[in-house]
Amino acid sequence: MAEKTCELFDCGHRACGGCGAALAARLVTKAAGKDSIFVSSTGCMEVFSTPYPETAWKVPWIHSLFENAAAVASGIEAALKKQGRKEKIVIMAGDGATFDIGMICISGAFERGHDFTYICYDNEAYMNTGIQRSGATPYDASTTTSPAGKCSFGNKRPKKDMPAILAAHGAPYVATTSIAYPADLLQKVEKAIATPGPSYVQVHAPCCTGWGFEGEQTIAIAKLAIETGLWVNYEMIDGKITKVKKVVRKPVEEYLKTQKRFRHLFKPIRQDAEIAAIQAIADKNAEKYGIDIKLNKKE
Amino acid sequence: MMEITEGSHAVAEAVRLCRPQVVSAYPITPQTHIVEALADFVANGQLDAEYITVENELSALSACVGASAAGSRTYSATTSQGLMLMAEVVFNAAGMRLPIIMSIANRALGAPLSIWNDMQDSISLRDSGWLQFYAEDNQEATDLHLLAFKVAEDNSIQLPAFVCFDGFILSHTYEPVDMLTQEDVDKYLPKFNPAERLDAADPISFGMYATPEYYLEFRYEMDQAQKRAKDVIAKAGKEFGEMFGRDYSALIEGYRLEDADTAIVAMGSICGTVKDAIDEMRTAGMKVGLLKIRVFRPFPAEEIAKMLSHVKRVAVLDKNISLGAKGATAMEVRDALYGSAIPVKGYVLGLGGRDVRKRDIKEIVAFSEKGPNDQFYGLRKELI
Repeated sequence: MAEKTCELFDCGHRACGGCGAALAARLVTKAAGKDSIFVSSTGCMEVFSTPYPETAWKVPWIHSLFENAAAVASGIEAALKKQGRKEKIVIMAGDGATFDIGMICISGAFERGHDFTYICYDNEAYMNTGIQRSGATPYDASTTTSPAGKCSFGNKRPKKDMPAILAAHGAPYVATTSIAYPADLLQKVEKAIATPGPSYVQVHAPCCTGWGFEGEQTIAIAKLAIETGLWVNYEMIDGKITKVKKVVRKPVEEYLKTQKRFRHLFKPIRQDAEIAAIQAIADKNAEKYGIDIKLNKKE
Repeated sequence: MMEITEGSHAVAEAVRLCRPQVVSAYPITPQTHIVEALADFVANGQLDAEYITVENELSALSACVGASAAGSRTYSATTSQGLMLMAEVVFNAAGMRLPIIMSIANRALGAPLSIWNDMQDSISLRDSGWLQFYAEDNQEATDLHLLAFKVAEDNSIQLPAFVCFDGFILSHTYEPVDMLTQEDVDKYLPKFNPAERLDAADPISFGMYATPEYYLEFRYEMDQAQKRAKDVIAKAGKEFGEMFGRDYSALIEGYRLEDADTAIVAMGSICGTVKDAIDEMRTAGMKVGLLKIRVFRPFPAEEIAKMLSHVKRVAVLDKNISLGAKGATAMEVRDALYGSAIPVKGYVLGLGGRDVRKRDIKEIVAFSEKGPNDQFYGLRKELI
C-alpha cells in the first residue's frame, strides 16, 4: 500500500494550476514509493518538473528524448538486473510520446518483456507544443492542428485503443484510470508495479489550458468523462477485462459543453449530428465494457 | 597471442574482454559479425552481460543511455543508416555525459543505397560530442576499444566514443592480431565506477532542460572535456604501450614525414595503401610522407600544425564530403594550418567503396603540385 503521507513529486514545479498531469505524477510517485527509478519522455511534465537546476522529482529520474522512454527503461532494467538491484522502473510519458512517436520503442520493449510499469498520462493532445492533435485526441476535439472551422468539426478520428494494442503484446497487466479517482489510480499503479513484466496504465489527465476550462474544474471534468462513458476505467489481466467502473450514464453533452475544445459543437449553432456521433462512441464503450448500471425499474 | 582472425571477431573479442554489463545492438551490414559474436559469447557464458535485442538502432543506443545512467559499462555497434537513425540519441548521450562505447564499421550513406565503405556516417556526427577514434588495421581496431573505454570513462572526461574502422576492408578481412588476455585487460581497464548514477538511495535527475541562462555553459563544459581528452588519451595510450608494446599516446602519427616535401593526410585503412605508395615513391627519390589521424575528435589541430610545419604542400584524403563545401578533414587541416603559407589541397575519394590503389595515391601526389585546390578524385568521366 502507498504511504499516503509520502510525497515524492515536490511542490514548486511549473505546471498550470489545475494540471491533471501534475496530479497524476504526485499520485503515481506515491504509489511507486522511493525505491523506484522514473523515466520521462519529452513533454509538458518533463518541462514543468525539471527546469535546470531545479527538479520536482525526489526519486531518481531520467529524461532522454521524446520517443525513447521505453528503450531507456529497457536499458535501466538490464543494468539493474546485472548489478543485482531491485528498484522498480516507472515510465511517465504523455499521450503523444505513447500513442504516436514512441510506438516503435514501446512495441519493442513490451515484446521483449522487460519488467517495468509504463504510465501514460493522457491529456489527449500535444500540450507542451501548444495543443496539437495526437492519436489520443478524441473525435471532434478542436486542436491547433485539427481546428474546427467552416469545413471541419475538429479532429476527424476517434481515439486510438492503446491499451488493446499493449494487451495484444501479451502485457500481463493493462489498466485505465483517472486522476478523478485517486484510490483507483493508486491501487492500479501498485498492482502494475507488483506485476512482473511490462505493465501499462493509462491515466486520464485533463488539461485545463489545452481543453479550455477553469483550473478548479479539472476533477469535475475528469469525473464527467467517466460518467458519460467517454472514458472507461477498467483493468485487463492477461488480456482479459477483469474489472470495470460502472456508472449511471449521463448524456455526452454534459461533458462536451464544459470545454472550449468542443465549443464549436454548440455555437454558433448546435451540431446535433456530431453530438449524436459522439454519443454513439459512448454507447459503444458502454456496450463493449458493460459500464451501465441497470437501475431497478420494473419493465 | 597472435591469431589470424576477422576484424569483426577481433573487435568482438576485445569488447568481451572489456566486460560490458549491457550490450544493446541491432544488426546492419557490415557491423553484424560483431554483434553476432557478442551474442554467441553471452549464449556460451563467455560474456556475463545483458544482451538487449532491440527493434532498431534508435532503441539500441537509447537502451545504452538507460544502462549507462544506471551505472553499467555499456556497448553498442552500428554503421551508416543505423547511425543516422540513432543520430538524435548520439547527441543526447554525449550531452548526458554517458561514456558509452560504440563501434562503427564505416559505411556510405544512401541514397543511393550502398553497403560499401566510406566515412560519411561517423564524420557526419563529428559535432555530436563523441570522441572519435579511427583504426588503420585490425590490431588498431582491437586495441582502440580498450583505449576508448579507459578514456571515455575517466571522471574528467565522461564522454561517449566511436571506435571507427572501415567496413568490409577491415571488418571482414582476416589479419594477424595480437589478442590480449582477460588478465591483461583487467589490469589495464578499471571497473566502471561513475560518480553519478540513477540510484534510489541517492536520487538525482538526469537529462533536465536548460534555459538560455544555462545551456551555453553545458556545451562549453563538453568542449572542455573534449580538449582534456587529448592528455587523457596520451596517458592511457602510453600506459597501453608500456603494458602491451603498442603505444597509442599520439593522436596522429607520421610516416617518413621528417624530411618530406609533400605530406599526405589520411585516416583509416587507406593509410596502409598510402604507406606502400610512399615506399615506392621514396625509392624513386620523391620526398613524400604520411600524417595519419588516429583521433579525429578531439581534433589534433596543434599537433598537426607542428608535424606539418616543415612540408611544402599537403594533400588531404577524405572518404567523406560535406556537399556544397569540401571533405571534412581537408577543411579542418586547412584550419589547423591557418596562418602558415603551406598549401592544402583536398581530395574526396573512395566514396561508396570505390577502390583506392597505390597508383591513385601517386597520381594525387603529382596533382598536389599543380592541380586545383579541392576535387573529387577518380570520377568516371563517362558517367557525368
